[in-house]
Amino acid sequence: MASKLAMMASGESALAFKAAGVDAYYERDAEKARETFKKLAKKYSVIFVADDLAEVLSDLIERTLEKPYPVVVTVPDANGNSEYAAKKLKEESERVLGIDVLSQRN
Amino acid sequence: MARLNVNPTRMELKKLKARLSTATRGHKLLKDKSDEMIRRFSVIIRENKRLRSELEGQLKDCLGAFAFARSTAPAEDFYKAFSLPVSTVNAEFSETDVMGVVVPKITVSESTSDEDYPYAFAELTSEADYSVKKISALVGDLLKLAEIEKTAAMLATEIERNKRRVNALEYIMIPQIEETIAYIKSKLDENERAATTRLMKVKSMIEQR
Repeated sequence: MASKLAMMASGESALAFKAAGVDAYYERDAEKARETFKKLAKKYSVIFVADDLAEVLSDLIERTLEKPYPVVVTVPDANGNSEYAAKKLKEESERVLGIDVLSQRN
Repeated sequence: MARLNVNPTRMELKKLKARLSTATRGHKLLKDKSDEMIRRFSVIIRENKRLRSELEGQLKDCLGAFAFARSTAPAEDFYKAFSLPVSTVNAEFSETDVMGVVVPKITVSESTSDEDYPYAFAELTSEADYSVKKISALVGDLLKLAEIEKTAAMLATEIERNKRRVNALEYIMIPQIEETIAYIKSKLDENERAATTRLMKVKSMIEQR
């Protein structure tokens, strides 16, 4: 059986994950990335997506929330940015609790 | 608030009363569910935040080392080095239930790693070793994060849906039924009064004769 983890990034940082037994895919083009993501969503249980790609795949990622699998996690890209994940977390908190509890604490 | 379009009869009244009691009970239950879901959500989202910031720091380190190794080695060697996994993470993917929401559950069993790197130490810098070793350790934690993050996201959607149900019951359904019941009651009373006066009138007419 194929590995159940996949990593998608726009650069070669995906290769780093390969060493840990995660299938790596990298796609610079936004259109192609979307295509690849759709394919991966059917095949893998967990997909790590680099932050810079997450913005492009936003609506596709949202669609995966309907079912328990696949689980999509955004990880910092090669530059170490992780704005997408932080934004999502804030949005969720605001939507459910009415306030952004996370940034208030800090 | 618009009242329901029903005939003002005793039968309808009885039906509506039954509906009202069901609606109120449902409303109470849903509201309790909502409260509990929000409580769980706030726990999960804090955990999520903590885990994420912790892992992101480590991952940044790791990717930095990786980028350094990448820039110092010939591309060919580099691809070769990373074409084979050093370790594999064995994880069990199942589902669990949180307040009626089916969420993923990922159990990470021991990750197997052979101490050998798939390349000769002469080929790449020590940064590569470092990043490879680190990332293998990180993947297990990342899976944990994956589980928590997805749970939080799914719970958030469910809470929102539940909120709508509660509001629909509280602000539309229940007031509508209450208003209709009041309307039917007043109609029935009116009919009763009309019947009484009619009887009195008839009685007095009979007495006059």
